[in-house]
Amino acid sequence: MPLVETTERGLYCRAGDFYVDPWSPVDRALITHSHSDHLRWGSKRYLTAAPNVPVLRARVGPVDVEGLPYGESQTVGGVQVSFHPAGHVLGSAQVRIERGGEVCVVSGDYKTQPDPTCASFEAVRCHHFITEATFALPIYRWPRTADVMQDFDTWWQANAAEGRTSVVCAYALGKAQRVLAELAAEHGPILVHGALQRILPLYEAAGVRLPTTAHASALSVRAAGGKALVIAPPSVLGSAWLRKFGPVSTALCSGWMRVRGTRRRRGVDRGFILSDHADWPGLCESVAATGAEEVWVTHGYTEPFARYLSEERRLNAVPIETRFTGETADEAATEAEDATDVVPAEVAAGEVP
Amino acid sequence: MRRFAQLFRDLDRTTRTSEKTAHLVRYFGEAAPADAAWALYLLTGRKLKRLIKTRALREWAAETAGVPLWLLERSYEAVGDLGETLAWILPPPESAVDQSLAAVIEQRIQPLAEASPAQQARIVREAWRVFGEYERLVFHKLIAGEFRVGVAQTLVVRALAEAVGVPAPTMAHRLAGDWQPTAEMYERLVAGDAAADDPARPYPFFLAYALEEPCRTLGEPHEWQAEWKWDGIRGQALRRGETTALWSRGEELVTERFPELQPVLDALPSGTVLDGEILAWRDDRPLPFAALQKRIGRKTVTPRILKEAPTAFQSYDVLEYEGIDQRERPLVERRALLEQIVAQVAQPRLRLSPIVPFGSWDELEQQYARARAEQVEGLMLKQRDAPYGVGRRRGPWWKWKAEPYSIDAVLLYAQSGHGKRAGLYTDYTFGVWDMRRLVPVAKAYSGLTDEEIREVDAFIRAHTLDKFGPVREVEPRLVFELHFEGIQVSSRHKAGIAVRFPRMHRWRRDKPPAEADSLETLVSLAGLHREQLHPRISRQAMLFDLGGDLDDGPTGTAADSLDQEAEAPRS
Repeated sequence: MPLVETTERGLYCRAGDFYVDPWSPVDRALITHSHSDHLRWGSKRYLTAAPNVPVLRARVGPVDVEGLPYGESQTVGGVQVSFHPAGHVLGSAQVRIERGGEVCVVSGDYKTQPDPTCASFEAVRCHHFITEATFALPIYRWPRTADVMQDFDTWWQANAAEGRTSVVCAYALGKAQRVLAELAAEHGPILVHGALQRILPLYEAAGVRLPTTAHASALSVRAAGGKALVIAPPSVLGSAWLRKFGPVSTALCSGWMRVRGTRRRRGVDRGFILSDHADWPGLCESVAATGAEEVWVTHGYTEPFARYLSEERRLNAVPIETRFTGETADEAATEAEDATDVVPAEVAAGEVP
Repeated sequence: MRRFAQLFRDLDRTTRTSEKTAHLVRYFGEAAPADAAWALYLLTGRKLKRLIKTRALREWAAETAGVPLWLLERSYEAVGDLGETLAWILPPPESAVDQSLAAVIEQRIQPLAEASPAQQARIVREAWRVFGEYERLVFHKLIAGEFRVGVAQTLVVRALAEAVGVPAPTMAHRLAGDWQPTAEMYERLVAGDAAADDPARPYPFFLAYALEEPCRTLGEPHEWQAEWKWDGIRGQALRRGETTALWSRGEELVTERFPELQPVLDALPSGTVLDGEILAWRDDRPLPFAALQKRIGRKTVTPRILKEAPTAFQSYDVLEYEGIDQRERPLVERRALLEQIVAQVAQPRLRLSPIVPFGSWDELEQQYARARAEQVEGLMLKQRDAPYGVGRRRGPWWKWKAEPYSIDAVLLYAQSGHGKRAGLYTDYTFGVWDMRRLVPVAKAYSGLTDEEIREVDAFIRAHTLDKFGPVREVEPRLVFELHFEGIQVSSRHKAGIAVRFPRMHRWRRDKPPAEADSLETLVSLAGLHREQLHPRISRQAMLFDLGGDLDDGPTGTAADSLDQEAEAPRS
């Protein structure tokens, strides 16, 4: 009997009687992080990494949630569980499950690049590793963040010189804060969409240092005379909200921007390759670092990654179903739309016209 | 090379014309003459030959990157661009070497032509060892003969003119025709003096936009001249002294492909350049474009093909007479001069494109309705007092294309797209009813909105019956109205016919598949009879080659047919 199994509601640990990131309400849910494809509303009791507790509450409201500091273990049913940093977004974790010396790790989403807004990924030794595969093709190899941000800086500076507002679209939870934290320099005021503004205090409370920002409105943007950097979720692209700002240059920050066609399809002026997920080398190295011989692959390019791990790395790897699986194009759209979805509905409703 | 790769990247990632111009002006301002000459050559759409089999390239790249070939192919499916796939998949360069563009082409690329496969592999691997991502991307596109950038040729010419301070029309004229990209050529090009001009040099063609508003919005009918829009190859016939030349619109010298037109060129008075259409012409009427198509691909002209598809030069404008540029004179004067020249030359293969008479817009609409019956593509409208311009411009000339053919067909197969459409199922094969079966008749991939494409893509994923490599067979449930320009008998297509330039006009959500059109309808639209479809009977089979290059992977023939539409040297 394996420690975890796939069910209609997602990954289930029978020995501990809990689900990891269930898709529908259950009695006991262990949550890796607070993006909407991992955290769903309505379960009776939630257990998550301590830094994720405020983020989770902001997402699903006042629920019964317990936080466990990274690395500390707790007995749940007949198993020991602990949370370990996944480097994905603030509060994100891998879930380690142990029973009688047998260890299974559910990665959730993870990245191996350094990110000043969250704890860095730690490889956890295990027998059975459940990995994501969002960017599991060898074309996805992230450039150095400093180089990307240098390019970003040049773009903002050139726009400011021409009086064109720079509008950058990024996930409201995680990516937006990472962009803020990584800015090389400031060439005007930084104005943020309401969806992001409500999330920033969570980062402040967690002790993440971010530059000063103000609310983005037609008034504040125009007052900056084209020098402002506006950060907003991707759903604003093509919206009336954006049209109030006068001349703009638009950009998306996403791993999908690696492929030129995806950027063109999204119709933005610039694509910056900045991802919350591990790239191909990151995925391969992480899988190897766990020492796992049994690997389940979920989310994204599951089939090619599982085949690669089986044939080239001689691992026992299989793709598993998730409700949120999709291929590149869909996933690109999901990543974009997800940004508003993460935010409590009432917040988003008040902000997006 | 790094600078040129940067230019490629800059041009690739902006859609603003002003930014593109600024990048080009800056590049030409900085580049050494030899590099600028090559850049100009490439940016104005002149291509290097394919020097390397992409199959080999994939294998070397997979090996260098340490990934299995199937995974490289899977990545290619996601990216939709082979040169790009390889550029991103290869490991970072070991050491950076920045060589000039001219040096890269002359020392690393051109030698590939004469090299053995083993030498080729060595050259390519060495390039990978020193080139960064975007240099690799450009390198791949060059050696595969597929370099393309999203800039209009006129924009490049304008930017160059601005960078070196030569008037744009002069620059356009100097760049027309055949030239070799060398430093000397570039220096001549940017010099003030035009004395060294090549006697065979053609003029830039003046091109028309499609008329989208009703013709009556053009003002007074008497200010306009109407001609049939001929379905041939736009061309310039030229004689200056002993030099004669026939140029196609792609600015390719085609004199030798049409030997029967040599007497026409020889008979022109020295210092004459005529604009017109090369048409397959027999028994006093034009043959379908497919007949001419046979002549395009061939270098050698057999007596048989000369008999089957002889050509004529249907002239409609005069650009130079007695060695003097006539382009600034109004059309009405150029026309009078043209009529005089054609009469004087008196060659049966030099024809005068007749003026289509009309007194009112109503009358012109009646003429337009006859276009299909006249075997022409529609009408051309030209302002009588306008000069002959450069490039494509709105205003003085309009093409008014005949109504396309239209059928309702059922989606049968889908393949994922390329470039902007990578990862989405966007290339479709459609069928019509034949007895109780659906037979494929057309491939199309343009005409849907992005939103519709996403919807159809989702349908395809959810209703796949079978997969053949990159192709999915789908449940025959969606009906689309297709438009196309012509129907020809074809022994190479299952249905026995091929349609020309098919595209989706709209999604017929209201129609069940049972109500889609039949092969019979298509056949009767073409004015054919069923029996003519049998491949053996169709010796006259007029093929429109929809076949793509198989070596190019999951391209889909539809993409290639678009390229043909965009690039075939036709008016």
